[in-house]
Amino acid sequence: MTELYLNALAGGVLIGVVYALIALGLTIIFGVMRVVNFAHGEMVVMGMYLGYWLWFATRLPPWLLMPAAAAALFLVGYALQRAIVNIFIDRPQHAQFILFIALALVITGLHLVAFGPDPKPIQSPDMMRSYHLGPLRLDAVRVQAALGALVLIAALLVFLRMSNTGRAIRAAADNLVGAQVIGIRVRRVYAITAGIGMACAGGAGALISPMFDTQPFIATDFTLIAFIVVIVGGLGSLNGALAGGILIGLAEAAAAVFVSPALKTIFSYVLLVIVLLWRPSGLLGDKAARP
Amino acid sequence: MKAGSRWPAYAFFAALAAAGPLLDPFWHSLLTLVFFYAFLGLAWNLMMGVAGLLSLGHALYLGIGAYATAVLSQRYGITPWLGIPAGAAIAAAAGAVTTWLGSRFAVRGVYFALLTIAFAELLRVVFDNWGFVGATGGFFLKAVDPATNVPLVSLRGNALFFYCAFLVLMVAGYLLVERLLASRWGYWWRSIRDDEEAARALGVPALRCKVAVVAISAAMTAAAGGLFGLLQGSLFPDSVMGMRMSIELLIAPIIGGLGTPFGPIVGAIFVVPMMELSNSLGQSTGIYGVNTLIYGLVVLAVITFMPEGLWPQVKRWFGPGEARRARGA
Repeated sequence: MTELYLNALAGGVLIGVVYALIALGLTIIFGVMRVVNFAHGEMVVMGMYLGYWLWFATRLPPWLLMPAAAAALFLVGYALQRAIVNIFIDRPQHAQFILFIALALVITGLHLVAFGPDPKPIQSPDMMRSYHLGPLRLDAVRVQAALGALVLIAALLVFLRMSNTGRAIRAAADNLVGAQVIGIRVRRVYAITAGIGMACAGGAGALISPMFDTQPFIATDFTLIAFIVVIVGGLGSLNGALAGGILIGLAEAAAAVFVSPALKTIFSYVLLVIVLLWRPSGLLGDKAARP
Repeated sequence: MKAGSRWPAYAFFAALAAAGPLLDPFWHSLLTLVFFYAFLGLAWNLMMGVAGLLSLGHALYLGIGAYATAVLSQRYGITPWLGIPAGAAIAAAAGAVTTWLGSRFAVRGVYFALLTIAFAELLRVVFDNWGFVGATGGFFLKAVDPATNVPLVSLRGNALFFYCAFLVLMVAGYLLVERLLASRWGYWWRSIRDDEEAARALGVPALRCKVAVVAISAAMTAAAGGLFGLLQGSLFPDSVMGMRMSIELLIAPIIGGLGTPFGPIVGAIFVVPMMELSNSLGQSTGIYGVNTLIYGLVVLAVITFMPEGLWPQVKRWFGPGEARRARGA
């Protein structure tokens, strides 16, 4: 029995790393632009379709296709910010919210038109393999997804710390007026940030495309998971998103194996409500990051 | 608002009532949905447009009302005349408790909105797994026998009956919102929306105001949900309590124009037929998803080019005096 629990928890950590990547995208967009991307799950699904479509064309494993999906979604995010989101940047919160609802509808509509409502599963014997590690038996696709997500997270953190653009992004998140004073082109930073945020979602989508049957309507699930993770971790906090992702992955896995698989979402929501009431700015969020 | 400017609205309602018997069932069911979403918009708008509290989880109250009414009538034989108020009372209590909790622990802005999603999704997942209410399989109402059914007793009937019922509901909602806006509470709510700290400093009981506005909004939403359940005859947690419902019901008031009593009605008149039209376009072209795409693009266009919503814009086009007054207010 211990092995069963260990396996479940290890699986939870692995999916948790992917949740962390998705949430990282949401939190970085919020941290810099103070907008909540309610179309984040749709971006994940777009990445999943890209993963599926590229796999279908090349038969390469999804973790190799992840950079292409992330790059494509970067362009989508950059263009969306420049063309539409920018208009709404100073509008009230509810207006921004309905903007992303509308974008989510448009993207879901495009997915439906392009791929139809039927699930698109990646079926290949490669996807059935598993790795053995002592008592653990881990699905290869999950391990690959988690490793791919870790690589993307690490690349992003290095970029934010080391590059000039990354420093400009962090400066804009810390102090918008100060950043403008020292000559940072905020609109450009916004567009790059939107690109990065959506690249996280898209990259994660490609990585998990073998694990879920891709269809347009699972987008809401991913949006909600991303919300739960960033709130538990602290909206706007990068470390919070990482810790929150793994925590929620573990909590879901624990609830599924100890209580009942049907109740795993309840567990996450209860955790969310407790965190919101106990520490409204999240476990690792700072007071200043609150709107 | 000057008393005289109310008459166009009343005349509009009277025209709808008079048109009822003349329309065919297609128009009855379409307008029934318009009234339903208009009423939901009025309720949601009271919270967001008037008191500045963004709720993204109103399906919680809709679901409570729908299930309470349906379960009480099917399982315990309690008439909807009592079931709907019971559902409204439960929803009001749920709204009051969640708002009190949120305010007590200083959950504000985006976080408050996300808390409302969390509660709604929590209840949805509970209902998904609760056998007594049919879980994901749904809860079904027994069909009524048209020969013995008295619509005013069972609150169920043909398309014309529901047309009238939802029209009455919408007009009642409009009158209630109008009265509330003119009352002391209405001014308190708007003062909290505009600057909560200043309002508190002037002695506005902010916590009590918030709890009250959410309770009223929740009760209204639940009442509409109760009637909606009777109209549908079947209830599924995903369709009455899901995120989709929470989102669908707030598009009309935002498109129509926040904060005004007539905005949500205009929004519903625009949004519901557009939804139906894009659905039929999707069906006639045979391409799945065209409806969602068109719907999304239209919503996108309206919010991009008319930030205040349709109603203030329409008023500006047709009545320069009206618009000047609105801008001055």
